[in-house]
Amino acid sequence: MTQLATEERAGPRRGLLHRLDVKGSPYLYIAPFFILFLGFGVFPLIFTAWVSLHEWSLLSEEHTWIGFGNYTKLFDDPAFWNALWNTVSIWVISTVPQLVLALVLAHILNQRLRGQTFWRMSALIPNITSVAAVAIIFSQLFGRDYGLFNWVLGLFGIDKIDWTANTWSSHVAVSTMIIWRWTGYNALIYLAAMQAVPKELYDSASLDGASSFQQLRKITVPAIRPTIIFTVIISTIGGMQVLAEPLLFGGNGLTGGSDRQFQTLALYLYEVAFGRFDFGYASASSWVMFLIIVIVAAINFGIISRLRRS
Amino acid sequence: MATTLAPPPRHVSPPPTARRRIRRALRRRPGKLTYLMLTAIAFFSFFPLYWSVVVASQDNSALGKIPPPVLLGSNLWFNLKRAFTMVPFEKALINSFLVAGAITVSVVLFSTLAGFAFAKLRFRGRNILLLSIIGTMMVPTTLGIIPLYMLMAKIQWTGTIYAVIVPAMVNGFGVFFMTQYLTEAVPTELLEAGRVDGCSTIRLFWHVVLPAARPAAAVLGMLTFLTAWNDFFWPLVVLTPEDPTVQVVLSTLSAGRITDYSLALTGALIAILPLLIVFVVLGKQIIGGIMQGAVKG
Repeated sequence: MTQLATEERAGPRRGLLHRLDVKGSPYLYIAPFFILFLGFGVFPLIFTAWVSLHEWSLLSEEHTWIGFGNYTKLFDDPAFWNALWNTVSIWVISTVPQLVLALVLAHILNQRLRGQTFWRMSALIPNITSVAAVAIIFSQLFGRDYGLFNWVLGLFGIDKIDWTANTWSSHVAVSTMIIWRWTGYNALIYLAAMQAVPKELYDSASLDGASSFQQLRKITVPAIRPTIIFTVIISTIGGMQVLAEPLLFGGNGLTGGSDRQFQTLALYLYEVAFGRFDFGYASASSWVMFLIIVIVAAINFGIISRLRRS
Repeated sequence: MATTLAPPPRHVSPPPTARRRIRRALRRRPGKLTYLMLTAIAFFSFFPLYWSVVVASQDNSALGKIPPPVLLGSNLWFNLKRAFTMVPFEKALINSFLVAGAITVSVVLFSTLAGFAFAKLRFRGRNILLLSIIGTMMVPTTLGIIPLYMLMAKIQWTGTIYAVIVPAMVNGFGVFFMTQYLTEAVPTELLEAGRVDGCSTIRLFWHVVLPAARPAAAVLGMLTFLTAWNDFFWPLVVLTPEDPTVQVVLSTLSAGRITDYSLALTGALIAILPLLIVFVVLGKQIIGGIMQGAVKG
């Protein structure tokens, strides 16, 4: 309606320009995003698939087509399975306590607090600390001989733990770094969702004598379930790509410990690509990594849509 | 967040009705236990940062003592000087500022442009394009690193900060965030009125959309800056230890079987400090931004 009015008033020449502006300019505005994203996002993705079907080394100019050779090799590669297993293990050890703690923390923050901003900031401060700095600080804390954690454990009569040396202890250490960095962030996301839950629900629950913990379990968790699943998806995508923590925890070693005890998938990818320069093989493993993420995310989405329907 | 304002002082407030009085009495009023727990949480949050200051202010022989020192030493200045001479920290800081600054400006500008188009303009393919942008948010960045490296090698950008800046100049989250915000923040009537007066689209963008977008642009800018400053993997792959970003320097400092921890944690401290300052000043807005983004997710 309004557009018609403009064209009538503006006359034929201005009308043409105007129409060009209205029809064409939207594409102009979204073009930067799509050009850059096609060049540096989509193209690399497709090219990875192409490279993965070749014997492709950075050190040689010749690239031989080997079909799915890299993929079959990958499935027979114990180091790959080891990395996958480590990734899943670290993901579980870090995600489960992290999200439970985040829920509790959000529940505590979801009150009329004095100094609210301060408490929220103190929850988020680990998250603005760079992952490299976190890994370095915690590597020092987890030191075998002079680390603070072992000293504190010693006060309770527990022997020194060589955190990097064993599978489980190194996974716990790496997971601790992840938990520390991400709990507060997830808590704020939960808090945002919790504030949309009607306060009256809590009032009537209190009238019925429900404790704070019961309210969290019976009211809050069901109400914010979609948000919880959202955070699970996000931490899955993040968890599959963990790299800086194990890399720096092992003193910059690409193998993640002497027996690869904490080498994650991303670290393995890094080793194959930039330690051995076997780009074809590394590309294959990154595609498998991608598929794993897609599958896990799809499962999560399935759960969400089923919840929405019920 | 406005709902969490403190209640008015009792003597001036009008007598509440019975229902409201019950509700107010019942609404969980945080007790001592709450603040105790919050204090514990704050302790765990701040401790590693405090610890990095402690270690950075000691010499390595003090760090080899049992029990470990928990108070500040006097070596901070010495360690700082050591860090700046042993690795190119000055260069790294400048690079990190350039990288994070350029990425922030670009992401905010392009996201606002695209967000305006998606929120307020009609064009063919709009929905499917917006959907594809949301889809890009799910793709893990690690995946593209190998071909991206090959691409950068081909155009001879490896070892330069262009390689870090250019691929990060746009992202799906930014476009999505601005689209969501502008849909509500810019009244469609105002745009239509502008059209009637013969305003071109770009003038509408400049005079109507941009001023309205400012709060969201600020939040997006801060989040982008944080992410860009802290980015680790890609800069590590594509840059050299001689011309690094701050995060790459950290990996140099922690390399080796035996790490010089007073030096490494001094480095960590320098890497954290700029963001910490930003956070102290703008923390409230950053938190607001994260919570805003979450509601949409």
